[in-house]
Amino acid sequence: MLNETKVVGLPLSRIDGPLKVSGSAKYAADHGGHGMLHGYAVPATVATGRIVEIETGLAERFPGVIKIYTHENRPRTAKDDDKWKDAVALPGHPFRPLENDRILYDGQPIAMVVAESFEAARDAASLVRVRYVAEEPHTDLGREQTRSYVPPQPRREEFVPPEPRGDPQGAFGDAPFKISSEYRLEGEYHNPMELFASTVLWEKDGFLTIHDKTQGSQNSRDYVCNVFGLDPEKVTVKNSFVGGAFGSGLRPKHQLFLAVMAALDLKQSVKVEMSRREMFYLTWRPATIQTVSLAADREGRLLSVMHHALQATSRYEDYQENVVNWSGLAYKCDNVRLSYGLAELDVSTPGDMRAPGAATGVTALEMAMDELAYEVGIDPVELRLRNFATRDQNQDKQFTSKALDACYREGAARFGWDGRSFAPRSMRDGNDLVGWGMATGIWEATIMPAEAKVRLSADGKAAVSAAASDIGTGTYTVLGQVAAEALGVPIDDVTVLIGDSSLPKTGVEGGSWTAASSGSAVQAASDAVRNTLLKHAKSMPNSPFGQASQDEVTLAEGRLVLDRNHQVGVSIGDIMDAAGVSFIEEHGKVAPDQEQAKKFISYTHSAVFVEVKVDEELGVPRVTRVVSAVAGGRVLNPKTARSQILGGVVMGVGMALHEEGMVDHRTGRIMNHNIAEYHMPAHADVEDIEVIFVHEEDDKVSPLGAKGLGEIGIIGVAAAVSNAIFHATGKRIRHFPITIDKILETSEEVRCS
Amino acid sequence: MDKGTPSSALPTCAISLNINGTNRVLDIHPWVTLLDLLRGPMELTGTKKGCDHGQCGACTVLIDGERVNACLKLAVSIDGAEITTIEGLGTPQDMHPMQKAFVEHDAFQCGYCTAGQICSAVGLVAEGRAHSRAEIRELMSGNLCRCGAYTNIADAIEHVLDQEGVTPLREAAE
Repeated sequence: MLNETKVVGLPLSRIDGPLKVSGSAKYAADHGGHGMLHGYAVPATVATGRIVEIETGLAERFPGVIKIYTHENRPRTAKDDDKWKDAVALPGHPFRPLENDRILYDGQPIAMVVAESFEAARDAASLVRVRYVAEEPHTDLGREQTRSYVPPQPRREEFVPPEPRGDPQGAFGDAPFKISSEYRLEGEYHNPMELFASTVLWEKDGFLTIHDKTQGSQNSRDYVCNVFGLDPEKVTVKNSFVGGAFGSGLRPKHQLFLAVMAALDLKQSVKVEMSRREMFYLTWRPATIQTVSLAADREGRLLSVMHHALQATSRYEDYQENVVNWSGLAYKCDNVRLSYGLAELDVSTPGDMRAPGAATGVTALEMAMDELAYEVGIDPVELRLRNFATRDQNQDKQFTSKALDACYREGAARFGWDGRSFAPRSMRDGNDLVGWGMATGIWEATIMPAEAKVRLSADGKAAVSAAASDIGTGTYTVLGQVAAEALGVPIDDVTVLIGDSSLPKTGVEGGSWTAASSGSAVQAASDAVRNTLLKHAKSMPNSPFGQASQDEVTLAEGRLVLDRNHQVGVSIGDIMDAAGVSFIEEHGKVAPDQEQAKKFISYTHSAVFVEVKVDEELGVPRVTRVVSAVAGGRVLNPKTARSQILGGVVMGVGMALHEEGMVDHRTGRIMNHNIAEYHMPAHADVEDIEVIFVHEEDDKVSPLGAKGLGEIGIIGVAAAVSNAIFHATGKRIRHFPITIDKILETSEEVRCS
Repeated sequence: MDKGTPSSALPTCAISLNINGTNRVLDIHPWVTLLDLLRGPMELTGTKKGCDHGQCGACTVLIDGERVNACLKLAVSIDGAEITTIEGLGTPQDMHPMQKAFVEHDAFQCGYCTAGQICSAVGLVAEGRAHSRAEIRELMSGNLCRCGAYTNIADAIEHVLDQEGVTPLREAAE
């Protein structure tokens, strides 16, 4: 039905747009009016050790203070780790706020002040005095390399590197061209613009309505119920609008625990909103140290790929992501060895941040590919084309689609790549050295189990509902589009209700799977509505549908019609009247196709082209132009899809040039815990970005034919920037972010070839 | 002070503000920022808190027509001022041209920095200082957008400038 695009595929403006631009969209901390109590957390000021004493007297006497919670007086909560594990928990022991006197990381919440006003809570929090016995912190990944280990319990089987294939070491030794480099990527912080917040509305009958900043309302609900032993029927979590998250909102954060704890204890509504400083004490993209060794024959065909990554985790959980496996499937190569280890640091547990694993691992691989191109002496795009993989060699599976070649072709053409001169330092613009670099991006395209409900009323209005989230991704709009098209009604007549744990079951929004999964569930529910209508229509006297099957009818312009002749049909109002109903509501459900997964695998691909200008004397790098060509299957809404890619590119530029969590390893404390000193791209840093969606048909990846686009935009960008800086300056900088000092201090590469 | 003292027992100051066209006489604690005043007692939650330190611009409002970070202003320091927040610019049914342009150009994703971006953009247009794309980018750099909608935001602002004929933008850019 969907092949005949009417609404799906149109570049519609967001249906929630008018709410967002007028300040009418309500985020977690925007709820609750007068009479709310306010909580403010006190962060630990050592990275590891124990609390010897917490002196709260002064703070308690501060006007407006209601109660101060510490590990010494907190209410009882669940004992077993299982109860604290949320839907996307990791191997290990989940963090429990105010559990005991132990400090696991800098900034850990060790107390919370609850007061009548935000100001009173904040000011009183500064009066809480804490005495610690600090221990020696270990926060430098480089120093912990010798203590690396393979995580005993995999987070996901797919994250475990495959067994080596062929003879990578031998092939490397014999090859005519080879490179082996180490890449260091510093830790990054998500820093969505919205501060994490939970507004807990306490009601006398024991019901709680919680407005939480989360990527999964049902995950937050289940966590709260498990930890506090509450009846899930009495707890509703809402996340109608989420002010960005990028993975930081996948797991419940400490403010949710603290706000619910206080609301239950005080039997009052409580709001806890974090400070920006606290946003650095939650979760982060872990630092990695990676080694990539590549070897090629005289034509540039890969003979050996070896990739090892060491990645930071915390003392209490083994955070794992897929960093190295990409290197075994991105290009065709028969001799591959991939390995991955963790090192424990005295830090908070890292977490998924936009394209977790790929953003770091593919970056290293793609920088190495550029180095190899220069070693062999062939154009970087040509090198990639010569090693084009037509099969996932890690899993020995067929791709459901892979239009990456079109990405290279169309991206290069739009960028003007053929005007590039190969030699580094060969292009200039006044005082600026000009560099052009490129990289490949790759991300998994999956669907997750998802459910949705669709209601069509006799007046032609439709309503979609699901517990899905819109973290800025456009979920509201694309779900509305899918329903509008399937039900044959205008998008303006569709209401989309999401972000509520009481709605049909949906997993957390992450991994770029929401549009494909929830979209397909909405499609299934809409199809079920049409089928019910057909059933009713067939019972009507003189029904024109006779023996028509479900596949032979369509909903169009408020009527159920025959596919072969749209003149033949009945209005939905008449069908419902005849059936004696005022609306039809059906459930839809999707799940990954296990049978198909035995043979096929799906990825989203991209080719990213970047121009940088580097001031020759000052070393200031600027990204002046980016073309990102994406093969993402069927694009449901080109306008919101383009925005997702733009956002990924900007975050990739941040990764390459700006973002770095700076830790003082003597104290284990984060030094730049604010967004003036933790640099992120601002308006002035972002010039020209073009997005291309190449044609890619895929009838297997999801019932809608769509692949997710939330992550692919960032992947490869940092590598392309680094490669462009090499092309501009002749300097290989293998330590992110690439700041002015590194550009000035690094020597130019000398190559014999 | 003794334990249990309500914060209402603390000294307050009387000020008057015109907020979105309505005169308000307020009795407030001197340490309350304009941002917390708007979001709390005024229930104008369209203005967002992103850092509380003047670093992100999410709380940008117009004070006497000029764009200002509301988190950096103590409310008592602007007695008599005229405040325009995002709610005062337009409503979902009756949008300001800048709000319309933001929707049309998809100049936001999550929407959290959007009120600040729009107020800042309206202030920028009034300043008459942006004559090129590069100047828009430079003069909007106090408003961070983590979703990375910058190019679309610049498109939206350019659109409004073009429409209003405020500046000969195209020529200046060339």
